[in-house]
Amino acid sequence: MADFDAIVVGAGCAGSVAAYELAKAGKSVLLIDRGNFAGAKNMTGGRIYSHSLKEVFPDFEQEAPLERKVTHERISLMTGDSNFTIDFSSNDMLVAGQDSYTVLRAPFDQWLAEKAEEAGAETIFGIPVEELVKDDAGKIIGVRAGEDEITAEVVILCDGVNSLLTSQAVGAKKPSADMIAVGIKEVFELPASVITDRCQTNSDDEGTAWLYVGDATKGSFGGGFLYANKESISLGLVAGIEAVATGGSEPIYQMLEDFKHHPQVASIIKDGKLVEHSGHMVPEGGKNIMPELVGDGVMVAGEAAMMCINLGYQVRGMDYAVAAGMHAGRCAAAAIDKGDTSKAGLAPYVTALDNSFVMKDLNNYQKTPFFLENFSRMFNDYPALVKKAMNAMFIVDGTPGQPLKSTMMPLLKEVGYMNLLKDVRGAMKAL
Amino acid sequence: MSRTDYTVNVDEFLSLNKYEVDESNAHIELVDDPSDSEFDKLIMVCPAALYKRDADGVKTFDYAGCLECGTCRIICGDTILKKWEYPGPTMGVEYRYG
Repeated sequence: MADFDAIVVGAGCAGSVAAYELAKAGKSVLLIDRGNFAGAKNMTGGRIYSHSLKEVFPDFEQEAPLERKVTHERISLMTGDSNFTIDFSSNDMLVAGQDSYTVLRAPFDQWLAEKAEEAGAETIFGIPVEELVKDDAGKIIGVRAGEDEITAEVVILCDGVNSLLTSQAVGAKKPSADMIAVGIKEVFELPASVITDRCQTNSDDEGTAWLYVGDATKGSFGGGFLYANKESISLGLVAGIEAVATGGSEPIYQMLEDFKHHPQVASIIKDGKLVEHSGHMVPEGGKNIMPELVGDGVMVAGEAAMMCINLGYQVRGMDYAVAAGMHAGRCAAAAIDKGDTSKAGLAPYVTALDNSFVMKDLNNYQKTPFFLENFSRMFNDYPALVKKAMNAMFIVDGTPGQPLKSTMMPLLKEVGYMNLLKDVRGAMKAL
Repeated sequence: MSRTDYTVNVDEFLSLNKYEVDESNAHIELVDDPSDSEFDKLIMVCPAALYKRDADGVKTFDYAGCLECGTCRIICGDTILKKWEYPGPTMGVEYRYG
């Protein structure tokens, strides 16, 4: 007889939701995390798209420690001294199921883990799982943490992008450096009303999600981000590890420092009090580096399964993690009821994901990382082109004016019409 | 890598973070005499700037400020990293915002 019906490793978006579903189904479940509390080791940009959270917790808007509802989407093309921003807002962004929220993981993940606890899950914090326990036939039957072995009918791995356990569980290979990005972030505290004013939203409950391309990463594959929280701003960069390691013009931490001092960004964080400097990886390779999702006695969900996409204008992971955790928890409970937690018994989890937006998205965007990685014009030439075009439009210095055709066409020629056409076509297909 | 004139002192930023440093156990260890080219990759990508070279090119690494992201494991796990583990129970960084 096992100690628990299920053990969930990792109390993030996938793990806490999986534990919640199992507990709700009446199963005994242990949720174990190496952080001293849920979220203590976790970091996001970040913003969560709410649709999958709403399916699990219909009243999350009232309960969860959300920072701000995103009412403005901004994308900037940045050079060293210029910045061109698109600002979009619409009522459609605010509709339940289409809305998104900025979050900080330390408070957010504690709330999620509490939901699992309230449903009946047991929790252990501050203890890393070092090893998986297998029976003679190789089926996962539990976890080892320090001297302790704890057993279960099924183990669900939700231990994040840098999982050291998925190799033992399903033979996952360490992903290559061109499939993973490094994220670096700093949090600046500012009064709520100042953030509201600077981000030009209507209230302290509304915020902006802002992505930057170009000089933020000094032309390397990647981009900058700025998210307005209630009383802080999350500012950071995400950049391809291989790209920066072998071709970056400066270290990632210096990129962030320069980004902070870019006039456009500096004006938003001005007088902000730096309170945290954090780092985390982003598994942008998605489907290309996804391990097997089930094995005998084991399931994998969230970033441990590389469930993530970055399209440049849309960065997602947490909504996939919540959905995968939900399916993992429900399918694990059903498998326990049937008395079959073998790989075949857990296979309905894979089917459920295949039929959901999770695998449909990850399949659809499988080629995106290869496109973006080689899209160097997006990170260099186009921000520079836009700067020249805008200068041509907005700077008046007494030189006789020219029709747009004669100012703009030479700029396009610089990049090359064919390159431009190729990139537009490529972007339409890959993104 | 030729540039060593970076303007930023990341250690100052890390001092704002909350850590419980395990003085008795380094959770990341480098091989003896790591190659320059591999080490310089780590300088480029470590968000905590834990991998450093001074003006004379002398390499240093201190795990104490580690953010436990795993980036060094991904880029150099098969070359100059001898060991990459998570810190022991209750140890390491503790994000208050995240």
